[in-house]
Amino acid sequence: MDDKSMITHSSGANTQSTNEFIKGLWKDNPVFVQVLGMCPVLAVSNTAENALAMGLATTFVLVMSNLLVASLRNFIPKEVRIASYILIIASFVTITDYGIQAISVELHKSLGAFISLIVVNCLILSRAEAFASKNTPYKSLLDALGMGAGFVFALFCLGAVREIVGNGTLFEISLFPGGFQKWIVMILPAGGFFTLALWLLLFNVAKERKRS
Amino acid sequence: MSQAENISVNSSTSSSKMLLAMVSIGTVCALLIAMTYEGTFDRIAYLQDEALKSAIFKVLPGSSTMETFALTEESRFEIAADPDKTASVVYAGYDEQGSFKGVAIEASGQGYAGEIRILYGYDPHAQKVVGFYVLQSNETPGLGDRIEKDSNFLANFNALDVSLSEEGALSNNILSVKNGTKLNPWEVDAITGATISSRAITDIIDFSTKEWVPLIYRARDSFDKKSSSVNDNIGTDG
Repeated sequence: MDDKSMITHSSGANTQSTNEFIKGLWKDNPVFVQVLGMCPVLAVSNTAENALAMGLATTFVLVMSNLLVASLRNFIPKEVRIASYILIIASFVTITDYGIQAISVELHKSLGAFISLIVVNCLILSRAEAFASKNTPYKSLLDALGMGAGFVFALFCLGAVREIVGNGTLFEISLFPGGFQKWIVMILPAGGFFTLALWLLLFNVAKERKRS
Repeated sequence: MSQAENISVNSSTSSSKMLLAMVSIGTVCALLIAMTYEGTFDRIAYLQDEALKSAIFKVLPGSSTMETFALTEESRFEIAADPDKTASVVYAGYDEQGSFKGVAIEASGQGYAGEIRILYGYDPHAQKVVGFYVLQSNETPGLGDRIEKDSNFLANFNALDVSLSEEGALSNNILSVKNGTKLNPWEVDAITGATISSRAITDIIDFSTKEWVPLIYRARDSFDKKSSSVNDNIGTDG
């Protein structure tokens, strides 16, 4: 995590504030480039709907915790910073949990245990540690929004592919009315690894092309 | 030892400052959570109530109003408008004319991943389970959670036989059988790839019906709203 956060930090240090947003979406995409937060990426990306809801919930926690960490960055002693970040992140996860329950019982039901797992998403902790603790709240907000958007994008890429191939549907709408042999393995945990590998391959091939 | 000493020597912040930071962040976070809890409490309670109601109407086809009944110590059922949490309750469903359609019963048990809470409808006049709905489960997405959506599996519970024998116990155990081999109306066709979850549901219903069905069947007339007129129609003595 240290290596990657160093890279992210140095690349984001001298750029303008719009770049703080764009970098999370593409150049430093949390899933496809930094390969962070793999637990929810692999576990919740079995349908497009779950992936989107999970991505948005994570983004909310990321934005709020980045804002608070950035505002308190001069107040938190460095010895207890990790404990403080976890405290802040866990609180916002609990708030998100109540919020989702208040929005829709159905949505809460379909996300199940994955909401509380946002606490241990290392993407959020790494943004707090690598970015928000060294930057102004405004910059941290942009960074969190960018990283969140990148996370939603990546989760959706995985969720859509897995749902289409594994279940023949997208957002529970059948795409192959003429009948379709479902690749059950794609909605199993193993399918998450396969799909992630394919997307990583695609991203790295594109990067190589651009370089040469 | 030397490492620990090094750390304590290098640390520049006094422990009181650390304590202050942690305590104040903790207080702010606790306040935020408490405010969210208070702010969403009514809405969540309302939504859960609505969800339970719609689940009751789902498992009792044709019903549109409901009434909560609590089980008394003399194994009788009485209307409980605001039952306390410890009482065993069932929900009676009625159609628009107010005639009794059946009883919705909550049950729970161990699934493949954690507890499963379900609601099923029992029609004492037909002596059948007439509907089934998962209230809460942590089953594997895409596999075990098909117990909630798979239409072939749900069709098992549209007319599941739970008739009582002469002795007043269930005539048949509700059994989970391999997909496509259902022969008798008290068997449940399991989902291929979700055998454990299917069996868990079957066991929960089997266990719960053994406890509730004889009680409800015996007291089936106490659920009727217009008990006098309905009693004339049925004209049987338990």
